[in-house]
Amino acid sequence: MSKKLIELKNISKSFGSNLVLDELDLYIRENEFVTLLGPSGCGKTTILRIIGGFETPDIGSVYFDGVDITKLSPNERQLNTVFQKYALFTHMTVAENIAFGLRLKKKSDSYIKDKIKYALDLVNLPGYEDRYPDSLSGGQQQRIAIARAIVNEPKVLLLDEPLGALDLKLRQEMQYELIRLKNELGITFIYVTHDQEEALTMSDTIVVMNQGYIQQIGTPESIYNEPTNAFVADFIGESNIIDGIMVRDRLVNIGGLDFECVDEGFGKNEPVDVVIRPEDVELGSPEGGHTTGTVTSIIFKGVHYEIQVESAIGINFMVQTTQNFPVGSFVGINVIPDNFQIMHKPQSEDEEILNIEDIPLKE
Amino acid sequence: MNKNRVQVLSIPYILWVIGFTVIPLIFVVAKAATNAEGDFTFEYLLAIFDPVHRKALLLSVCLAFISSVICVLISYPAALILKSAKFKDTKIIMFIMILPMWMNFILRILAIQLLISKNGVINHLLSVLHLGQIDIINTPIAIVIGMVYDYLPYMLLPVLNCVLAIPDDIIEAGKDLGAGKFHVLTKILIPLSLSGIGSGITMVFVPSMTEFVIANILGGGKIQLLGNIIEQEFSVSMNWNLGSGLSLTLMIFVLITTLLFGRNSANNRNFVL
Ligand SMILES: Nc1ncnc2c1ncn2[C@@H]1O[C@H](COP(=O)(O)OP(=O)(O)O)[C@@H](O)[C@H]1O
Ligand SMILES: [Mg+2]
Repeated sequence: MSKKLIELKNISKSFGSNLVLDELDLYIRENEFVTLLGPSGCGKTTILRIIGGFETPDIGSVYFDGVDITKLSPNERQLNTVFQKYALFTHMTVAENIAFGLRLKKKSDSYIKDKIKYALDLVNLPGYEDRYPDSLSGGQQQRIAIARAIVNEPKVLLLDEPLGALDLKLRQEMQYELIRLKNELGITFIYVTHDQEEALTMSDTIVVMNQGYIQQIGTPESIYNEPTNAFVADFIGESNIIDGIMVRDRLVNIGGLDFECVDEGFGKNEPVDVVIRPEDVELGSPEGGHTTGTVTSIIFKGVHYEIQVESAIGINFMVQTTQNFPVGSFVGINVIPDNFQIMHKPQSEDEEILNIEDIPLKE
Repeated sequence: MNKNRVQVLSIPYILWVIGFTVIPLIFVVAKAATNAEGDFTFEYLLAIFDPVHRKALLLSVCLAFISSVICVLISYPAALILKSAKFKDTKIIMFIMILPMWMNFILRILAIQLLISKNGVINHLLSVLHLGQIDIINTPIAIVIGMVYDYLPYMLLPVLNCVLAIPDDIIEAGKDLGAGKFHVLTKILIPLSLSGIGSGITMVFVPSMTEFVIANILGGGKIQLLGNIIEQEFSVSMNWNLGSGLSLTLMIFVLITTLLFGRNSANNRNFVL
């Protein structure tokens, strides 16, 4: 494991009476692609701005390579930011934009020229030196913003929803570009997004946040397969989150019926949340099912069908399958033990699943 | 709207332009290019080269330039302070700033006169405090004070609009790339404010150049700007030919400065008054 490059220790930050971050601890390892993921307003940008030096935490410290940088201003930090709305200098050409940081560092003209060319090649926009930002598309502007940041050879690149303003196709393309860039540059990326798919696609490590609290830190696989609470399960992909009771180790009771699972270490008869991903619910003939149910709706989604099944144990399952089960079909329902994810009931509001009314309107 | 309707609606404006711009301009040009007998002459068009007129033009340009510069020096820091202070409602502050414009222009100049004249309010205060006296009434300094006081809002508004419109994240991007306060100012804020400053300079410089009322009141009739000379030719000497010739010269000067500074203001999209 590489060393810790950035460490946030015990960070709290309020805006007025609004406590945005509460005693947050987080570290980021060298050369990691870390994504801060969470619903709008959960404090992701605030964390990024604290790392970048644009906000000062009320309490707590930021360490960079073991050195306390909490009080350093942005221009004194060895990191660069790619802003959500590109923030290009509209009065300068592309080349002047990219050269901005290098000129301040008094690099030689020939060095700057080489760097501009290198950066434009890297972001696939060779020959754009003399264009003005206004004449570029959103995707191109975003690439220039990235080029402008990376020529300074930062150890860390901060990216705040950099693809948020792009359309779907371009966004997917840019996701691959960013992964390629990260690998070519071999530097640390700290990426902010509210889009779980984007996070799953690009990250080495995902930090899931809600209401200023970190909910889970892990690889995309572990976050998806083993969410630690109802919020994470619900926010990362679709899932069935069902009330259950842990009968004993490896046995959970749902709607009066016992199911085998693989989870251990819960209290005897502890009420729990049971998460089952829609693609893990298997439908078949009624005879072979652990329980049975009736199909109440089916929607074609392209790759798969999304089916609602009203089960005999009173639970409504959402199912994703490539097989077609017409409405009204009587089906058997199975879930293999591995695919139950058992979680403690939420201890606080931020661990609960997200309601529409909890989501603040976007700025 | 169809094309005919648009054409019909534009008639009043076309009549306006013809009646109040084109025809008077033709008269001015005609008067400027003829003598009292109605014969063609270059005399009045070239009258600006007369030493008295030349001196007046130079003084007009100088005072207008100084006033514009002072207006920039007051407005720009004010705009930066307003921007960084992040007042919730800059509209209210802008409103307060343009409030003096609602008072009659002559009244405002008379008020300045009252303040700075020999037995004025300021000298009165100074003598109470035993701090000596100021003697600036009837000098170019007094005229500059009047011009700055009168035309400052015309500078403040476009500059403020322009500075407030600079997105915060562009400034942050500058800091992020290593710019300290000084370089943020010189490499980002000022270049992005040039359009507003250009508009402001046009709007202060042009009326200052053609000014004669302020010079009459605060200059005590002792200081001759080109505007004063033109006014006298029309109302006292009744030499409309000379007045027209000098007016035309002044217009050309104004046109040149507008073109010089207007180039920037043309792409100032946020300009509102
Ligand atoms: N400069 C600020 N002034 C006041 N409140 C702010 C400011 N910046 C952020 N906030 C508040 O802090 C909370 C978290 O914001 P932010 O970090 O931008 O969330 P995210 O990036 O996750 O959407 C929000 O409630 C937001 O309204
Ligand atoms: Mg944000």
